[in-house]
Amino acid sequence: MLAELAGALRAMNVKVARTLDEACERLAENPEAEVLAGGTDFMVEVNYRHRSPKAVVAISAVREIAGWRLENESGGAGGMGADAGRYGTLWIGANMTYTEMATPAFEGLLPSLTQAARTVGSPQIRNAGTIGGNLGTASPAGDTLPVLAALDAEVLLRSADGSRELALSDFITGPKQTALQQGEIITGVRVPLVAPTDASNDIGRGEFLKVGTRNAMVISVAGLALIARHDIQRVCVGLGSVAAVPVRPTEAEEWISPRLDWQQRSLLDPVDVETFGEMVAQAASPIDDHRSTAVYRRHAVGVMAKRALVRTFGSN
Amino acid sequence: MSQTLTPPRTQAPRVGTSAPRPDGVPKVRGMFAFSSDLWADGMLWGQTLRSPHTRANIRSIDISAALATPGVAAVLLHDDVPGRKIFGLEHPDQPVLAKDEVRYQGEPVAIVAADHPETARKAADAIVVDYEPLTPVCDAEEAITADLLHPDGNIFRSLTIRRGDQAATGEIVIEGTYEVGMQDQAFMGVESGMAMPCEDEGVELYISTQWLHADQQQIAASLDLPDDKVRLTLAGVGGAFGAREDVSLQIHLCMLALYTRRPVKMVYNREESFYGHVHRHPAKIWLRHHATARGEIVKIEGRLLLDGGAYASTSSAVIANATCFANGPYKTPSCEIEGIVVRTNNLPCGAMRGFGAVQACFAHETQMDKLAAAVGCDPVEIRLRNAIAPGDTIITGQEITGTAPVRELIESLSRHPLPPPRQDGGGRQDGGDRQGRQDGRGRAGRQDRQDEGDSASQHTSMADPGGAGRTADRSRIRRGVGYGVGVKNLMFSEGFDDYSTASCLLEGDVATIKCACAEVGQGFVTLSQQIAREVLGVEEVVLAPIDTQIGSAGSSSASRQSWMSGGAVMRACEEVRAKLLAKVAVEHGFAQDDAEDLLECADGRVRSKDGLLDMSLEEAVGDENIFVELEYRHTPTFPLDENGQGNAHVAFIYAAHRATVDVDLDLGLIRVVEVATTQDVGKVLNPLQAYGQIEGGIAQGVGLAVMEEMLLTDGQVRNASFTDYLIPTALDMPEIAIVELIEQPEPGAPFGAKGIGEPPAVSSLPAVAAAVRDATGLDLPRVPIRPQDIALAAEKL
Repeated sequence: MLAELAGALRAMNVKVARTLDEACERLAENPEAEVLAGGTDFMVEVNYRHRSPKAVVAISAVREIAGWRLENESGGAGGMGADAGRYGTLWIGANMTYTEMATPAFEGLLPSLTQAARTVGSPQIRNAGTIGGNLGTASPAGDTLPVLAALDAEVLLRSADGSRELALSDFITGPKQTALQQGEIITGVRVPLVAPTDASNDIGRGEFLKVGTRNAMVISVAGLALIARHDIQRVCVGLGSVAAVPVRPTEAEEWISPRLDWQQRSLLDPVDVETFGEMVAQAASPIDDHRSTAVYRRHAVGVMAKRALVRTFGSN
Repeated sequence: MSQTLTPPRTQAPRVGTSAPRPDGVPKVRGMFAFSSDLWADGMLWGQTLRSPHTRANIRSIDISAALATPGVAAVLLHDDVPGRKIFGLEHPDQPVLAKDEVRYQGEPVAIVAADHPETARKAADAIVVDYEPLTPVCDAEEAITADLLHPDGNIFRSLTIRRGDQAATGEIVIEGTYEVGMQDQAFMGVESGMAMPCEDEGVELYISTQWLHADQQQIAASLDLPDDKVRLTLAGVGGAFGAREDVSLQIHLCMLALYTRRPVKMVYNREESFYGHVHRHPAKIWLRHHATARGEIVKIEGRLLLDGGAYASTSSAVIANATCFANGPYKTPSCEIEGIVVRTNNLPCGAMRGFGAVQACFAHETQMDKLAAAVGCDPVEIRLRNAIAPGDTIITGQEITGTAPVRELIESLSRHPLPPPRQDGGGRQDGGDRQGRQDGRGRAGRQDRQDEGDSASQHTSMADPGGAGRTADRSRIRRGVGYGVGVKNLMFSEGFDDYSTASCLLEGDVATIKCACAEVGQGFVTLSQQIAREVLGVEEVVLAPIDTQIGSAGSSSASRQSWMSGGAVMRACEEVRAKLLAKVAVEHGFAQDDAEDLLECADGRVRSKDGLLDMSLEEAVGDENIFVELEYRHTPTFPLDENGQGNAHVAFIYAAHRATVDVDLDLGLIRVVEVATTQDVGKVLNPLQAYGQIEGGIAQGVGLAVMEEMLLTDGQVRNASFTDYLIPTALDMPEIAIVELIEQPEPGAPFGAKGIGEPPAVSSLPAVAAAVRDATGLDLPRVPIRPQDIALAAEKL
């Protein structure tokens, strides 16, 4: 017991990796090492003594996984499946911060992710926290996750042994649980661009809405992303904080999508809007906790679904 | 935040000006040393082991592994407390360290000192406590009849205020039961301090606290030392709001320092802080108003039940306040109101800004709105019809001999224009249709208040309910307006010997002021300089360290320090001036008895009023420094009798608030748009600081109205973090319109000034709640109002 205590008190081993190869090597040589990115979740857990890392590999200086870039913009499949990627794909590096997601150039491509990023914490948190961290923590309340779920994002992983890609739904396996293996690092995420990058209207851009008990700097009580995908003419929805993992209300998506006029962006039948909201609410499986109640959360995603749909397609 | 009154820009430093704070620039620049910044060579770090159980017997405690941890210097338990093993501000009943039983989650069980904070934490983890969990009592009603949770019993205090004709009744009877959740003070600076052993076997403690001498007495008793061997100095305080009135880590720090003979520093982390201080009492209040057909109050019946948590703290004073002011600032010929505060196994509750008046105000103001509705008049009119005035008698039988401009406050506030209506037609005040739909897509008129950088702002803006979450559908937002009027007593009541001590030393043209008044952010350091300049005409005023080398100043609470310590500083300076002028009179052939009439101190000079004598202060004082130290007391108060009657209070202060809110009916999200206020202040001593107090108090009232609550389940805290204990951000704070500060000098008060810190937190709460009721049509008898309280009830609106 005393030896354990003394061991626990020794100085923590911290390595600052400069390259992805170096980060993977450090993780491979020390199975106890944990990955530190922006630290906005990690350090809270340390401070609350829910995590006592023995070794750390810090990746925020790894430039290869910073920023974002367009891939296959000419219209290739881009690895996103046969229908996906009609307008190309977007690679987002794991080290991209919430603040960076709110820059105008990025917002023009994926405004729903920008909207989600703006709801995260305070400016200080948004300057430090990263999308890779949001994925790695895999909290049911992770704010970018509904957007990534709605877009069928692929999570890009790398270890000393090589690379792999996992669908988001395969990557997040439970509340704060992922398929990340020991020695693996999240390098980024790939999403399809669902509208032409020069589109003049905002269809396909998507909406992100989040309910919290405060008007800013609040953990999500319920969150919803709605992306009207021009490329496959489908409304895709991601729900956050209403289940153990991000939820896709696929029945609601399949029911509403054919009822929409994708060319005219015509007004919606209010009855259809109501039905859509109810179907989305039914897809949620929320819980009661200190932040809210299951009944309210289910109600809230229904309301948000209706509002997001009306914002995108208009209403009679 | 905009202000209706623009703070004067003048930097002139006397009373009545916005003198700059001496601690302001260092705080803004990050140069101010808070108590958590203390450091000493060779110091150890303290750590507290706390009970994970709500209630449990302690079978045994094994500290051997902790003691054997390298770097650990001390592990101390209940039996190591050298003197009195319990403490408490009014009634000692709380163990310094638990012995056989723990009575709330987070109760301290052991303390550790080690050479590194992490070592101390690990050592605390290594202490093995064998607990036998017991069934806790966490419901206040249940506690009244439950088995005793403590040898002192489960009822901290019960009192009844009975007055007038008990058989009286009226045409209108209004009743309701109201609940207030447990609020935390949420100060930014966690509990922290450092103790240093002294060569005389005494101890020095550098600490953030509200009342150095109350700490000193409790520490000395538990250390079994005379008071003068326990010397306290105020360290930089990061907010208080009542949470620093009780002892937290003071005794622990001194025990560890004396045991190890080394300096010991302790800093609670944020989670621990929520367990480490008292909170605002949760309350359940039933009131029944009997009134005439015009809505004039005939009689009020009531029962107030407060949950005091596991230990007494200031519960007995809090319930007295809540009960004394349960009728609000209104004429009430007859009443029978019972107040009870009980012991449970919840977190201990005690002082928080407003101190019982907050809970009462939420109840009585909601009753007034219901009364207005029953009578068919508006909320302003019902309050005017019942407003108390000077010369009236309050329910404790005490005549109001001071100022009470309640009518003026309400009238002034109601004359202030409402904020501009929503452009989309939501709400009632513009008479627009409640659907507010402008065109087929519901988008017209939505270009107002766009937020920079949000491309989707044609749909929603940061200023809508839901804020950054972009949830608003403007056709489903309703505006509401509500009023609240509150009353609070100033200073300590019920016969407490309430005083403050101050000294003034005049050396040449420099005055040195010493007072143990704890500067907790309220600005007494500024004010004491202003007072010295006003009285003595000096430019340079030095503030001596705030410590126990002078007598008590009492607590920085109860809106009392401007009056009490301000009064002590004023009197000390006046006596110094009198001595100086008498000396000058003798030296220059004036009649000594008339010195104050013939001579004056101003602008750094001593002058005769006839202009014949004019000399510098330095010259007048010469080599004979003048020193005065004195105690200042307010007029005595008296206990309440068995019917709750008596002149228990010194003075009263009043405020009125009007809140305007926007509510998202479907999601239950609230945006407080504006809080307008008028306040009874006696006299403004420093306008900028007055505005600061008012804005800060309203922030806490708004917080309790719509988000702030400590959530406990079976006594277990579920949100001990700023992630989940939510306080208003800048986006949640409304515009504050300080419509008027009514200056009617209070007889007997220094400069005629009343304390102003608490009223903004008292009646802003019911105003916001009333506004949400106005917007939604819902009863909402509980605060904080949660989104589900509106959304799930209002689905059909």
